[in-house]
Amino acid sequence: MELAVAHETIARWQFGVTTVYHFLFVPLTISLAATVAGLETAWVRTGREKYFHATKFWGKLFLINIAMGVVTGIVQEFQFGMNWSDYSRFVGDVFGAPLAMEALIAFFFESTFIGLWIFGWDKLPKKIHCACIWMVAIGTVLSAYFILAANSWMQHPVGYSIDKATGKAQLTDITKVLFQDTTLVVVFHTLTAAFLTGAAFMVGISSLHLWRAKRAAAAGGQPTDRKKAATMRTSLRVGLVMAVVAGLGTAISGDTLAKVMFEQQPMKMAAAEALWDTRSPAPFSVFAVGDVTKGHNSVELEVPAALSFLAKSDFSSAVPGINDTAAAEAARFGGKPTDYIPNVFVTYWGFRLMIGFGMTSFAAGLIGLWTTRRRFLLDPEFRTGEDEAPRLMLTRSRELGPFLTKWSWRIGIWTMGFPLIANSFGWVFTEMGRQPWAVFGLMTTADAVSPNVGVATQIGALATFTLLYAVLAVIEVRLLAKYASAGPATSERPPAEDPTLRGPSSDEDADKPLAFAY
Amino acid sequence: MQLHDVWFILIAVLWIGYFFLEGFDFGIGVLTKLLARNTAERRVLINTIGPVWDGNEVWLLTAAGATFAAFPDWYATLFSGFYIPLLVILVCLIVRGVAFEYRAKRTDERWQRNWEHAIFWTSLLPAFLWGVAFANIVHGVAIDRDKNYVGGFFDLLNPYALLGGLVTLALFTFHGAVFASLKTVGEIRERARAAALRLGLVTAVLALGFLVWTQLHQGNGRSLAAVVVAVAALAAALAANQMGREGWAFTFSGLTVVAAVAMLFLSLFPDVMPSTLDGSWSLTVQNAASSPYTLKLMTIVAAVFTPLVLLYQGWTYWVFRKRIGVQHIPAAQSTDH
Ligand code: HDD
Ligand code: HEM
Ligand code: HEM
Repeated sequence: MELAVAHETIARWQFGVTTVYHFLFVPLTISLAATVAGLETAWVRTGREKYFHATKFWGKLFLINIAMGVVTGIVQEFQFGMNWSDYSRFVGDVFGAPLAMEALIAFFFESTFIGLWIFGWDKLPKKIHCACIWMVAIGTVLSAYFILAANSWMQHPVGYSIDKATGKAQLTDITKVLFQDTTLVVVFHTLTAAFLTGAAFMVGISSLHLWRAKRAAAAGGQPTDRKKAATMRTSLRVGLVMAVVAGLGTAISGDTLAKVMFEQQPMKMAAAEALWDTRSPAPFSVFAVGDVTKGHNSVELEVPAALSFLAKSDFSSAVPGINDTAAAEAARFGGKPTDYIPNVFVTYWGFRLMIGFGMTSFAAGLIGLWTTRRRFLLDPEFRTGEDEAPRLMLTRSRELGPFLTKWSWRIGIWTMGFPLIANSFGWVFTEMGRQPWAVFGLMTTADAVSPNVGVATQIGALATFTLLYAVLAVIEVRLLAKYASAGPATSERPPAEDPTLRGPSSDEDADKPLAFAY
Repeated sequence: MQLHDVWFILIAVLWIGYFFLEGFDFGIGVLTKLLARNTAERRVLINTIGPVWDGNEVWLLTAAGATFAAFPDWYATLFSGFYIPLLVILVCLIVRGVAFEYRAKRTDERWQRNWEHAIFWTSLLPAFLWGVAFANIVHGVAIDRDKNYVGGFFDLLNPYALLGGLVTLALFTFHGAVFASLKTVGEIRERARAAALRLGLVTAVLALGFLVWTQLHQGNGRSLAAVVVAVAALAAALAANQMGREGWAFTFSGLTVVAAVAMLFLSLFPDVMPSTLDGSWSLTVQNAASSPYTLKLMTIVAAVFTPLVLLYQGWTYWVFRKRIGVQHIPAAQSTDH
């Protein structure tokens, strides 16, 4: 018995570690691919150098990031079979389909066109080169879509039947799996969260460079690199707009998702609120002190009736609590009510930290957009050129004081990774809130693990991945920091001539070095 | 022919595609130590596969995903059963991908040298382990009534499987050498060709032993035909290589890979993972397959997208068709590039 528990726990830890790690790179990949595509399009269409430099700069950071996303994804594809073989046997008929589609449709797209984009600067005409990064961006979104469809099916199984002879799930309707409301809302929420992540990243790094330029100018040091300032200023604005739009989208889709979840997994949402007893109207708990896991909360800060609104769009409906829901599930599936209660502490705090960290970046974006607004309508003395670090404005004609200015830039820099943290907490909440189910209502996590893999082997694997990932994290963060801090290479010039697809015809070009090489 | 037979063929095609493509890029990885004499030459080799290795690797992901969808039991038994070799392969693929991308991102020598060691070992190990894994699949392993592998890790390292591993390692390195001679110019091209000859002969000896062993153990008429094709292709590749016809040499070394892998699948069918404990516990195309609905759906998806993939991957190879030599390698990158 104890061995079985260890078995399950280690497999869960491994899945958690590897997936959370994979998902550190995924949101940045999704959002940076699209942003770089947008920037390159701007360059191709306007020919302005700042867009070229921005494309190159963010492209470089994007590549450092996607490399890790890709290699950590490989593990994901295999570990269902390795650690969760009974799960794989049970759901393969349904769950395998979107996974295979993802590989065949999305991964080939991404990986092939990324190669063309990286190495193709001197081989492809500008427009085709730009089209390649768009293909990558589409690939990343498709990839997210298919995998989230698979995940949504685990959260809310539809379009299947259980085969009488084998007892396994069988797909009966793929359109239900791909287009059920859970899938659509989760995709919307995850993509908007991804763009918020990229936005905060851009804002942070641009702030760093602009703030440095500002300080250098104030110190009367070397003159500002105007090309760099122009590039970073554009990036800052792109990032800020993206933060606001994506942040709004995340909040709206999150609210919609909560309504879907209140219906489909009331236990998860009750746990997310540490709402032990059914209440009507139900308050939204902002935080709770004491022990959320003890069946009651000692100190609480609540917003009256807000939870009713989150769940049902009105201020009076009853929201079922943990105890009632657990009793209902026990009556339906057998066993004790406590078997059906997930880890309330993790679920409760995961939900709050997701919202807290993510929305902080949204707020920072909103403030940033306000303070850097309207540069053309200002008094001449407050205007800054396109290629200077912008002034931060309180009102139309009043600048923030030096103290506030300093802190405004710092907020941008310090909140750079917040949505990344929010994403991790969001997923931990989603996945642990589903416990004890692996597939909601159909298969428990305990039944899902590989029966034939020894605990020692599992521990070895978990240790290997954890160690490897830790080492890689250090390497990747250092590289990112190095390239991010170096800023755009403004000495680099766009290619003078647009390459043609047939390649250079004259022999003199034959020995020209590659534009990019490993 | 029933749908699960179609899917058996499709899975075979995906693995063949994987070994054909990643075969030569594993080979290139191994050759960075065997063939290249200095950093510039190592970079030439690495850059011959630079734009394409990632796309090649997706054939593996697709093979795994398609197996999951079409034969869930095969996926489950194989990956949980071959846990440790697979773990090693995964670690290698992770490090290898990062090594390619990050090697040139810093200029200091130690950093670059470490990644170069990594590229060598993480190419060599999977090239060997895939052979071990497939030899075991074909040979059969201890699978119980519940379709679970119940043997140990060391049972997988039997002589037949180890020979299989040496065959894939030699074959991929040979295939890589032929690819190198096709894609490079200058001195390294000549050396690649000379290396191809030696590697080809080693491969021939090992492969012949392995193919005959397999054929005697569980071969059939179809697999014999594949053996003949594989042997003939290898001979033709060597001949073309000697004549300096690099395009043909590569075609034939590729065909050798195709025929050899096809042979494994042909001797497997209709099993997908035979059990050595009790023949009736073997996983077969029937008892491991998904429902007809899923198979039909996936057939449509594969029929639409596989040709598309071949088209744009083929185009990539065309775009990067130019041979490269040391003169094409830009000076080491500085920080801001
Ligand atoms: C930047 C990140 C971020 C931010 C600011 C938010 N979320 Fe979120 N949320 C995620 C990132 C995220 C996520 C990591 O992407 C999750 C995990 C699973 C999913 O679909 O998205 C998630 C899941 C998730 C779930 C669980 C879905 C499930 O169980 O399938 C709910 C109910 C919400 N979110 C609700 C919200 C609400 C009401 C927010 C208020 C503004 C909010 N989220 C902000
Ligand atoms: C969308 C694709 C995903 C799929 C198909 C998926 C599937 C699974 C499976 C099969 C398990 C193991 C069974 C279980 O514990 O219930 C699991 C657990 C887990 N997943 Fe996900 N997951 C996905 C996304 C994510 C992401 C993106 C994260 C985090 C960033 C995540 C975090 C976790 C964690 C932390 C666990 C362990 C929870 C526990 O303790 O049981 N998952 N998931
Ligand atoms: C747990 C289930 C998951 C599996 C099996 C999985 C599998 C993979 C694999 C095999 C790759 C590498 C592809 C390549 O070589 O090009 C990859 C990359 C990627 N995955 Fe995942 N993944 C999972 C979770 C997720 C989630 C939840 C998302 C998004 C919502 C996602 C989005 C992506 C994206 C955008 C990439 C592209 C490269 C990058 O991540 O940087 N994946 N994934």
